[in-house]
Amino acid sequence: MSVKLEFKQQPVIIQVLSDSLIMVKRSSTHILRNTDQLLGTFFQPIMFLVLFAAVFGGAISTALPEGVSYLNFLMAGIIVQTVAFGSTTTAIAVCNDLKNGIIDRFRSLPMSNLAVLIGHVVSDLFRNSISTIVMLVAGLVIGFRSSASFLDWLAIAGILLLFTFAFSWLAAIVGVIAKSVEAVQWLTFVIVFPLTFASSAFVPTEGMTPILKAFAENQPITQIVEAVRALILGTPIGNYGWLAVAWSLGILFVAVPVSYYLFSRKSA
Amino acid sequence: MSSSEYAIEVKNLAKSYKDNKVLQGIDFRVKRGTMLALLGPNGAGKTTIVRILSTLLTFDKGSVTVEGYDAKRNPEKIRSVIGLTSQSATVDEMLTGRENLIMMGRLYRLTKTSARERANELLVDFSLVNAADRPAKTYSGGMRRRLDLAVSLIAAPPIIFLDEPTTGLDPRSRIAMWDIIRKLMKDGTTILLTTQYLEEADQLADNIILIDDGKIAAEGTAKELKSKMGNDKLELVFKNEQDLISAKSALKNKNISEDKSQFMLTVPVSNTNKDVKATLDALNEEGIAIEALALHKPTLDDVFLSITSKQDLPKKGKN
Repeated sequence: MSVKLEFKQQPVIIQVLSDSLIMVKRSSTHILRNTDQLLGTFFQPIMFLVLFAAVFGGAISTALPEGVSYLNFLMAGIIVQTVAFGSTTTAIAVCNDLKNGIIDRFRSLPMSNLAVLIGHVVSDLFRNSISTIVMLVAGLVIGFRSSASFLDWLAIAGILLLFTFAFSWLAAIVGVIAKSVEAVQWLTFVIVFPLTFASSAFVPTEGMTPILKAFAENQPITQIVEAVRALILGTPIGNYGWLAVAWSLGILFVAVPVSYYLFSRKSA
Repeated sequence: MSSSEYAIEVKNLAKSYKDNKVLQGIDFRVKRGTMLALLGPNGAGKTTIVRILSTLLTFDKGSVTVEGYDAKRNPEKIRSVIGLTSQSATVDEMLTGRENLIMMGRLYRLTKTSARERANELLVDFSLVNAADRPAKTYSGGMRRRLDLAVSLIAAPPIIFLDEPTTGLDPRSRIAMWDIIRKLMKDGTTILLTTQYLEEADQLADNIILIDDGKIAAEGTAKELKSKMGNDKLELVFKNEQDLISAKSALKNKNISEDKSQFMLTVPVSNTNKDVKATLDALNEEGIAIEALALHKPTLDDVFLSITSKQDLPKKGKN
C-alpha cells in the first residue's frame, strides 16, 4: 500500500450526521438511477390528478361549497394521497437493504445504523417534493387556481414536508417487518388506501355514514388535507393547522425509535 | 491497539438458536500476521463464528477478543479494525465500483482525499480499473468478489475476515483471488478464512481448524493434520481377481486393504524406497503382473473425510 491513510476524529453527533449525509447521497443516487421508478414519480401524480378531476368533478361539485371548483378542492387531497403512497418506495428500499447482504457490510463498519434509515427517508423527501411540484404545475395547466399568499405556500410546504417525513418513517417500519418486497407492496396498500379514501381527501365527509364520518374526521390524513386545503382556498384553518403538525410530530415521535429498534435487531 | 501476540482470541464460545446448538465450546487464537482457516462442511458453524467475530451476532457463552477489544463490551471498536467479506457479495449494486469504495471508505471515517486515493489504488490492484465507473450490477461473479474484498480493505484494517471468498468462482478467478490473499498476508494482515475447499486451506493457511457440528474436530498446520492420517499408500491394480488374490497372499502384509471391484490393493508404506521395492520384488518373484500403480500421499481430503464422514446429510439451521 502506497497511499497514506488519514482518519477523521469527530464527536459522535457529527459522525452520525456525516454518515447520514453519505447515506442520503447513496439513496438519492438509487432514485436517480432507477429510471423506471423516476418516470412513475412524474407521470403517476399527473394521471391521478387528471383522472380524479375528470371522473369525480361533475358528480361531486354539487356537494361543494358555493364557488369552490372540484379541482381546487381536490388539489390538497391528491397531493397528500400521492405522498402517502409514495412512502412505499422508502419501505421497499429498507426491505431491499435487509434482503441483500449489504446490511452485513454496514453493520460491520464503524458507522451509525440509524444513518441507513435516515438516508432512505430523507432522499424520499426529495422525490416526493418533485412529485408534488409536478402535480401543482399540471394542476395550473388544467385550471387550478389558488388565492394563497407566499407565506401560505411556505406553511403548506412545511406541513407537507413534515407529514411526508413522518409517513416515510412509518413506511420504514413496514419495510423492516415485511418479509419480501411483494409483502411491502400489499402491506402499504392496505394501510394507505383506506386511510386516504376514508378521509376528506376526495369528497366532503358530510355524505358518509356516521361511523365512517367519525373515523374520517378524526384520522391524521383528514387533518393534513384540511389544513392544506384551507390554506389553498383561503378559508379559515380552525384547529386543522396545529392538529396537522401535532399528528406528524406524534407519528415521528413513535415511528423513529420503533423503526430504529426493529431495524437494529433484524438480521439479514 | 493491543500489544498481545494474538490478534484474535476465542474462548469457550457457545451459541444456540433455540434447541439448535450451532457452536459448542470453540477455543482458538490467531497470532498477529498469520492466517487461520476454518474448514468444515456446510452447517458446521463456520459462518456463525465469523459473524460473531465481526459483531454481527451475539453469543451465549464464552469470550471473544479482537485486537484486544472485547466483543460484548466494545463492538464498535472492533468494527474499526476489521474488514469483512461475507459469503453473499455485499456491495451496492446501483453504485459503481469506485462509488462503493469511496462510500465505504468514508464510513470507515477516512478523509475524502484518502478515500479517493485509496480507491484508485485498490481498483488498480484488483484489476477493476476498466469497470471502475460502471454500476456493480453489471459485474461478473469474479469481479464482484474482487470489489467486495477491495471494499473490505479500503481502510487497510489489520484484521480481515474472509467467509468462503472463492465459493462459486471459476478456477481462474479462484487463483486470482488466492494471489490477492497471499499478497495481503505478505503485507502482515491477520486473516481468518472459512472454506469448504481443502486445497484452499492447504495452499494459504498457516493453521487449520477443522470444524464439525459446532465443535473443533482437529487443528494444526496442514502438514500436522496430514501426518495424523498416517503414511503414504501404494495402490496396485491388477488385471483380474485371480491376480488380486495371489498378490495378496504373496505380500503377506496384514495392513493391506483390498477393493475387489477394481482389483486394487492398497499397501501402507513407511519407508517409501525400501517398502515399494520390497513389494514389487515380492510380486515379481511370483510372476504377478501389475496393471497400474500409484503412490498416494495423504491429503487434507483424507483428514476431512475421516473426521466428518459420519454426517453426510445437510443440517437444518444457519451455517
